[in-house]
Amino acid sequence: MSDTAVAPAKEKATFRENGGVRGWFGRQPAWVRWAVMLLFAVLAFLLPYAGDIPVIGPQITTEGIDWPSALFNMSYYVLLALGLNVVVGYAGLLDLGYVGFFAIGAYGTALLTSPDSVLYSHTGWAWLGAAPVALAATMLAGLILGYPTLRLRGDYLAIVTLGFAEIIRIVATNTTTFRGDRGFTNVPHPPGSSGGKPIFGVTDATPYFWLGLVVIILVIFGVRNLDRSRVGRSWLAIREDEEAAEIMGVRTTKFKLWAFSVGAFIGGLGGVLFAGEQGFINSSTFVLQFSILVLAGVVMGGSGNMAGAILGGALISYIPDRLRGISLGGTDLYEYRFAMFGAVIIAIMIVRPQGLIPSRRRAMELKDREKEVAPL
Amino acid sequence: MLLELDNISLAYGRIQALHGISLTVGQGEIVALIGANGAGKSTTMRAISGLRPVSQGSIKFDGKDITRLRADLRVVRGVSQSPEGRGIFPGMSVRENLEMGAYTRRVRAEIDEDLERVFGLFPRMKEREKQSGGTLSGGEQQMLAVGRALMSRPKLLLLDEPSMGLAPMLIQQIFDIIVEINQQGTTILLVEQNAQQALSRAHRAYVLETGRIVKAGTGAELLHDPAVKDAYLGVA
Ligand SMILES: Nc1ncnc2c1ncn2[C@@H]1O[C@H](COP(=O)(O)OP(=O)(O)O)[C@@H](O)[C@H]1O
Ligand SMILES: [Mg+2]
Repeated sequence: MSDTAVAPAKEKATFRENGGVRGWFGRQPAWVRWAVMLLFAVLAFLLPYAGDIPVIGPQITTEGIDWPSALFNMSYYVLLALGLNVVVGYAGLLDLGYVGFFAIGAYGTALLTSPDSVLYSHTGWAWLGAAPVALAATMLAGLILGYPTLRLRGDYLAIVTLGFAEIIRIVATNTTTFRGDRGFTNVPHPPGSSGGKPIFGVTDATPYFWLGLVVIILVIFGVRNLDRSRVGRSWLAIREDEEAAEIMGVRTTKFKLWAFSVGAFIGGLGGVLFAGEQGFINSSTFVLQFSILVLAGVVMGGSGNMAGAILGGALISYIPDRLRGISLGGTDLYEYRFAMFGAVIIAIMIVRPQGLIPSRRRAMELKDREKEVAPL
Repeated sequence: MLLELDNISLAYGRIQALHGISLTVGQGEIVALIGANGAGKSTTMRAISGLRPVSQGSIKFDGKDITRLRADLRVVRGVSQSPEGRGIFPGMSVRENLEMGAYTRRVRAEIDEDLERVFGLFPRMKEREKQSGGTLSGGEQQMLAVGRALMSRPKLLLLDEPSMGLAPMLIQQIFDIIVEINQQGTTILLVEQNAQQALSRAHRAYVLETGRIVKAGTGAELLHDPAVKDAYLGVA
């Protein structure tokens, strides 16, 4: 720790040294930042028309699945990634059973609304009425999973959460109430009509995508506010060093439960939207790979960074959908999706271990952990 | 007495780390706790901070029983710890780390006052204010951890091996600062493997061996105790 005698005259800092794109963004006045965000939002709303762009349009849109449906798929994957990012990226709790919350959101909706449900009594609930009840159930499930696992760390927590999702799947598969593979039919769509026709129909997924986008935007603002509050500060401290956080006076159990239930709520939102769009759900939707896939998306995009989670969530949905209908030697490329994901994830972990859009703090924490593993 | 541990036992699962230890720290004192690696020094600190429940005994702080009190409430009461090793938040800036130290406090003006005090004690922290904790050198991280512990305005400051891994010159410096903090009115319980320094600066000291207190006395007494000399002070 010797004092540097004379600091060499600093050359003009490069764009990269000034924090690159994000550094630039952070230095802009508020109105510029809002304008940029608004522009992104508008572009996102126009995505269903991407196919109309000359030349590149057809390259972007999907072939084996209609484009609006692919966009809707992306929207709920993005929601799930945003929610899981709260648990894994912010609070640092490795949750491998995240699909469980998606399932509870979807099943909660179906149980209350579908004519196949044991709860159905000649009218059934509307989708909008069922949504808050389903979401309350998911948050409760988040607390129920969170509470007994509070003392577990890292790998142990991962295994228990994985078990949690499997329990939900197995219950859904093997009990008459949850109807297993037969599933629930006629789950109602979201409300609203225009010109005498319902907005949310069965032929065009575009309105569902827009609804998904609105929910995503609300979630982004909600999570951003939480992140900047005392809650976010507490999550950050827990993630960086749980014991140190406790020494500072952070109630680690309380804030870990917060992370679980906020994450569960967002996952549940994905499930409620999913059930409302599909109109049908059964137990085969909620397989374990789903959790792994979303986690891969978060890690790939940049754990701990919302922009990263959004990008990662969109990619894990977009890439396989884009591959659908393209065949290679007689096999649809879609069938190779998991193999390709494996390859892509390995490549990213080698080239850019902090993810495509990394969180700066996360990068610092990773470095610090490396030091700990290999001191000096 | 500001702190009284009476017959405290603590176990990690089946590993019994503390076997009924008793010690006291009086208002205004520097008390040192020395012992070999694995003796249970950090465990004692954890028990006082409330990070681990004790299986037996009682802890009294400032006249009140805190044996079963939640860790965050102990911070509010005035117990603060600078943990062993890399206890800082690597992704937070120096400033943010210090602000974390004031996590339980609300009065902005007082927090700012204490920030200035910490920057006064550790001018280097002021220079590094915006730098990530993880980019600091070992010595700087240690200073940051001590400074952060001061940010809760503690009555009792627990320091777990503040000289660990530091160069000799820095060791002197950190012990000087510890004495200065004490003279400004903060009571200190100091855990050290560097027995020479700890004993010469402390008013009183305890020697911990495999979870039991085996010796107690003033710093000077223990410094000249042949057994202590033999085991902890090396060949002079
Ligand atoms: N988290 C833990 N889990 C299990 N055993 C532990 C844990 N922390 C410490 N120990 C054990 O407790 C004993 C005392 O450790 P510690 O208090 O860290 O000693 P010291 O700080 O004096 O080096 C040692 O035998 C150590 O192996
Ligand atoms: Mg120790």
